[in-house]
Amino acid sequence: MNAHEMTRANAHMLPQHLRRLEAESIEIMRDVAAEFKRPVMLYSIGKDSSVMLHLAVKAFYPAKLPFPLMHIDTTWKFREMIAFRDETAKRLGVDLIVHINKAGLERGINPIDSGSSLHTQVMKTDALKQALDLYGFDAAFGGARRDEEKSRANERVFSFRSPGHVWDPRNQRPELWNLFNTRIRQGETMRVFALSNWTELDVWEYIMLEKIPVVPLYFAKERPVVHRNGTLIMVDDARLPLEPNETPEMRMVRFRTLGCYPLSGAIESEAATIEEIVTEMQVAKISERQGRLIDSDEAASMEKKKREGYF
Amino acid sequence: MDTASMQGLGAPAAKDQLRFLTCGSVDDGKSTLIGRLLHDSKMIYEDQLQALARDSVKHGTTGNDIDFALLVDGLEAEREQGITIDVAYRFFATPRRSFMVADTPGHEQYTRNMATGASNAQVAIILIDARKGVLVQTKRHSFICSLLGIRHVVVAVNKIDLVDYRKEVFDRIVGDYVAFASALGFTSIVPIPISARYGDNITERSGNTEWYQGPCLLDHLESIDIRSETVGLPFRFPVQWVNRPNLDFRGYAGTVASGRIAVGDDIVVAASGRNSRVKRIVTYDGDQLSAEAGDAVTIALADEIDVGRGDVLAKAAERPEVADQFAAHIIWMDQEPMVPGRSYAFRIGTQSIASGSITAIKHKIDVNTREHLAATTLALNEIGFCNVATALPASFDSYEVNRRTGSFIIIDRYTNRTVGAGMIAFALRRATNIAWQPLSIGKQERSALKHQKPCIIWFTGLSGAGKSTIANMVDQKLFAGSHHTMLLDGDNLRHGLNRDLGFTEADRVENVRRVGEVAKLMVDAGLIVICSFISPYRAEREMVRSLVGEGEFIEVFVDTPIDECARRDPKGLYLKAKAGKIKNFTGVDAPYEAPSAPEVHLQTLDRRPDELADEVLNALHERGIGASG
Repeated sequence: MNAHEMTRANAHMLPQHLRRLEAESIEIMRDVAAEFKRPVMLYSIGKDSSVMLHLAVKAFYPAKLPFPLMHIDTTWKFREMIAFRDETAKRLGVDLIVHINKAGLERGINPIDSGSSLHTQVMKTDALKQALDLYGFDAAFGGARRDEEKSRANERVFSFRSPGHVWDPRNQRPELWNLFNTRIRQGETMRVFALSNWTELDVWEYIMLEKIPVVPLYFAKERPVVHRNGTLIMVDDARLPLEPNETPEMRMVRFRTLGCYPLSGAIESEAATIEEIVTEMQVAKISERQGRLIDSDEAASMEKKKREGYF
Repeated sequence: MDTASMQGLGAPAAKDQLRFLTCGSVDDGKSTLIGRLLHDSKMIYEDQLQALARDSVKHGTTGNDIDFALLVDGLEAEREQGITIDVAYRFFATPRRSFMVADTPGHEQYTRNMATGASNAQVAIILIDARKGVLVQTKRHSFICSLLGIRHVVVAVNKIDLVDYRKEVFDRIVGDYVAFASALGFTSIVPIPISARYGDNITERSGNTEWYQGPCLLDHLESIDIRSETVGLPFRFPVQWVNRPNLDFRGYAGTVASGRIAVGDDIVVAASGRNSRVKRIVTYDGDQLSAEAGDAVTIALADEIDVGRGDVLAKAAERPEVADQFAAHIIWMDQEPMVPGRSYAFRIGTQSIASGSITAIKHKIDVNTREHLAATTLALNEIGFCNVATALPASFDSYEVNRRTGSFIIIDRYTNRTVGAGMIAFALRRATNIAWQPLSIGKQERSALKHQKPCIIWFTGLSGAGKSTIANMVDQKLFAGSHHTMLLDGDNLRHGLNRDLGFTEADRVENVRRVGEVAKLMVDAGLIVICSFISPYRAEREMVRSLVGEGEFIEVFVDTPIDECARRDPKGLYLKAKAGKIKNFTGVDAPYEAPSAPEVHLQTLDRRPDELADEVLNALHERGIGASG
């Protein structure tokens, strides 16, 4: 059996539900490439982005991706994330745009002094809108899933945004069959969630079976952390101010979701391989979003962020 | 292959996915059932359960018990925004299957949402409150499921605890249900007595209903045979995207909608009838020898033939219908009612058809009684059986046979909202039987003889704006310059060709459609056609524009404020309209949609008609029309 046939055999090992999800996502991506003038794939470096990118490579093979990747860099991502991002772009030979909200940086916005809410608004949400306008993108793929949050359960696959990137829940289109309405006018845009129907477990199983590279932070390792507000925060660089009573200690931890390092809580875990993560997932008792500090900073916060254009 | 290597640590079982829909009325316990399924299949994490326990005490309706409905009911903010009328999708999994639940509210006006949820579901759970039995809503939900092609139904008789788990109650409800549902074409109807609140017969058989011998709900959902029959259908491959990375490769990317195809098979492009052979079936994971329904692949053909997005590849012996007229069930989904004759955009498979219309509503269907009623329009949430005509032929199958290739959506061409969803019943043969008779003398020859560039000059504006006066002058001036013209006037045509039409929205649309077709014939004859019609709807004016070539439609907006029109009132119509003696009078009790970008915009206040006519002539000269020949 040559190497090529080996990969084929692997593909056919995918269980039926993952093959179906894979085909569905690929179909969505091809629709976008065919119907929009200037699409972009939002790349957040996390596991969902890794899966989304892998699916896109499959969707357009043997051609290269017919759109660039774009990372909205808040400048507070884990160092390992940035290294992984650059490696990935190089390995796959894809165009990568990195956008930073320069005005926000100049105003000194950061997650520690400004608070997670303002930091996310300025460096992530505003930055994204800035970048979409700057490059004139009319469709942007995002990796958000419907199972992430109760408020996302009724989100569309094609989420329509009026001029100014406004998400109006009353102005969303019904989605029947696989017939998406991709028509927009000048100034209007679409966010496209190609992984809408995937669950967190689907994502990990797929990463395992397809051998998709992910940021090493997902795997358990001894890392320097401090206990803060009931979560473990990793001391990724010297910018994290330590309270007088805090001393970083080495703990066996990993991350279920990744974002800005001062806002991402680690969990204690021994899962050092994807197989172990999937096993851990199958018996997990805590939801993945619990490690995200930005969800709990205001009541119904995801709902609010959704309207502001966070996704 | 070493099978042992497939059973690695954490390897998932080879499971499949079932997508189902829950239908029930407001208090049937639908949310509680879904919450219960999520909870009992361990999809609820501890942090969520803690939040749920807190919420149950605060907002719940179950005393100190956990209120599972709160797991799925939307946030307060969502309810205020009115988006709980949407379809919500939830997920849970067991070792045997993973499930996606489409949760739609049961209220009467939500046909739209139920249809949306049903469009991708394989199974429907119809909830019936054991105390209430089969209701009108039950029948409505079952009919919509059937119409949308769902073939497997679970009748969940809920709140069985509230009727003391009595067998007679269950049997009576099942009898009632089967009696009316037998006409709906379901392949399987499985009734199960449940209590969503207490968990009876949800994940295991309940000791409270020992008389019940069937499976519990989850068991049934895990084992129901939904192996897709689409593999056995004729091969259909709607082309999504042409993959052309370099000169050596041209492939057609898409998802096999039905059937199977193998390398070496002969294929035909449905619309053009061109033939070729499958050379390769390409995927990232390597070439495949064959592909079947559900596979997202890229097909390379042996010959260079013209194929693009929207084409459907099929086998020569089993072609889809190709027609520009068909009959279909249409569910209307927009606040603005359907107007027969109006031009809408359609999406059928991967085919985008920029213009088409509903040419007739044969009947609408009362979703509660399935009675057929006469209708001139469809309002939000109404279902009609209609004739549809599209500007270009489409390739399709009957929805009953093939859900993927028999469905379409209707899009408003201006707001871009999805306004309707359709299920094709059959092609109307007229389309294929009336061929175009080729004419040996064309528009070019006819207009060359007249030394002019033919076009339509379309005057639109309120009644009394001055359209006819200005149009008349333009006609006279062109005539004086030796041009061959014809003037079509709204009032004049209503004495003859359009004498059967009134002033309802539908009749106005038909009025303009006929005028447009007549004007187009005259353009083909080489004439400069001057049309003077209120033509209040943007959609119809654009429809006429699309009938003729680029630059051949010149829209002249005669812009006179309504107060001025009413003051002039040359025909005394405003007076009558205001007195209520005329209905549907534009500007008074019917809308006028001003052109957004007319070729000529005449602001008439304080201007003389001959000045305005000259302005039109100048605009014509700029376009090379009306220069003396």
